Amino acid sequence: MMDRLLMVMTGLSVALLALVLVSVRRAHIRVEYSVSWLVAAAVLLGLSRFHGLLAWMAAFLGVESAPLALLMVVFSVFLMVFFRFSVILSHLKDHSVALAQRVAILEFHLRSLHEKEPDQ
Amino acid sequence: MALEAGSLMVIVPAYNEAGAVGEVVRGVRETMAGVRVLVIDDCSEDATVSVARHAGAEVLGLPHHLGLGGCVQAGYKLAFELGYDYVIRVDGDGQHAPQDIPRVLDALKTSGCQMVIGSRYAGGTPPRTSWARGLGIRFFRLVLRPILGRPVHDPTSGFVGVNRAALELFTRSFPLEYPEIEALVVLQRKAFRFLEVSCQTRPRLAGRSTITALKSLYYIVHVLLGVFVNILKYEGRRRRQ
Repeated sequence: MMDRLLMVMTGLSVALLALVLVSVRRAHIRVEYSVSWLVAAAVLLGLSRFHGLLAWMAAFLGVESAPLALLMVVFSVFLMVFFRFSVILSHLKDHSVALAQRVAILEFHLRSLHEKEPDQ
Repeated sequence: MALEAGSLMVIVPAYNEAGAVGEVVRGVRETMAGVRVLVIDDCSEDATVSVARHAGAEVLGLPHHLGLGGCVQAGYKLAFELGYDYVIRVDGDGQHAPQDIPRVLDALKTSGCQMVIGSRYAGGTPPRTSWARGLGIRFFRLVLRPILGRPVHDPTSGFVGVNRAALELFTRSFPLEYPEIEALVVLQRKAFRFLEVSCQTRPRLAGRSTITALKSLYYIVHVLLGVFVNILKYEGRRRRQ
């Protein structure tokens, strides 16, 4: 049971690593935004391959079941990744709003200039 | 119009308000002759822009839909850049009577307050509204009372006048969605003051409110969160320096 779970986790980690690397190569994800996913995949890969590390993690978290510790780590890692992207999205939205407002204001000024000087 | 209107800009945020915005613009221009009327078009899909221009307004067209707060803030930014001392916002659906604009402007000029709210509840007969909306307004009155240190009768009114100090503040910090209530807390952070003057409201000239029953719930949660986030941004530390 435990071995199968770890094998599945290893497979998912490798698949995630491959997906992110391919996406970066095809410019679907920018390098700076791929780092979180690569680190998350590496952490999961490490925990699923090194049983001693997982046992140490379970003891550190105070849970007897190693699979439960693994799920807790998976959940925490992805929670952090999602939080980081929420911060990035919020900044992007702020920038997008400011840019849209600036574009609108510049267009307004341009239109005013054109209306003042119709013959030029 | 006894008041000098040269330093005033009236802004009208509008999204798909082709059926009402023309009447709003004409009403403002008849009441406040010579005042610049700016319709901020939030990327409408109907003829809002052409109707507004035809009625005599200038149009600030946003390149994509920003929501009410982003739309109003764009107008504030332009008015600030153009050097206006006073900006009065009226909604594009025709619910605010342009005849009340002079009283809001007068209060702005004489009260020393940075913001004046055209209030539907500050006096006279309150307007008829749905029970859900009425409940929401009462709820936010209770929430805002201790935060603002004084009662506010109509925290959700879109009929708002600001002077240049508030204008400068709002160009830097203004809520993107459902801005009215959060804007009061933004003002409070700067120890700015506001005043309510009684104004009449009319049924909207066209269209329907975008706030549905489900959105009302989201509205309450969103605004509550925004209010408390703004309280956390309190600039006491900066003031002490």
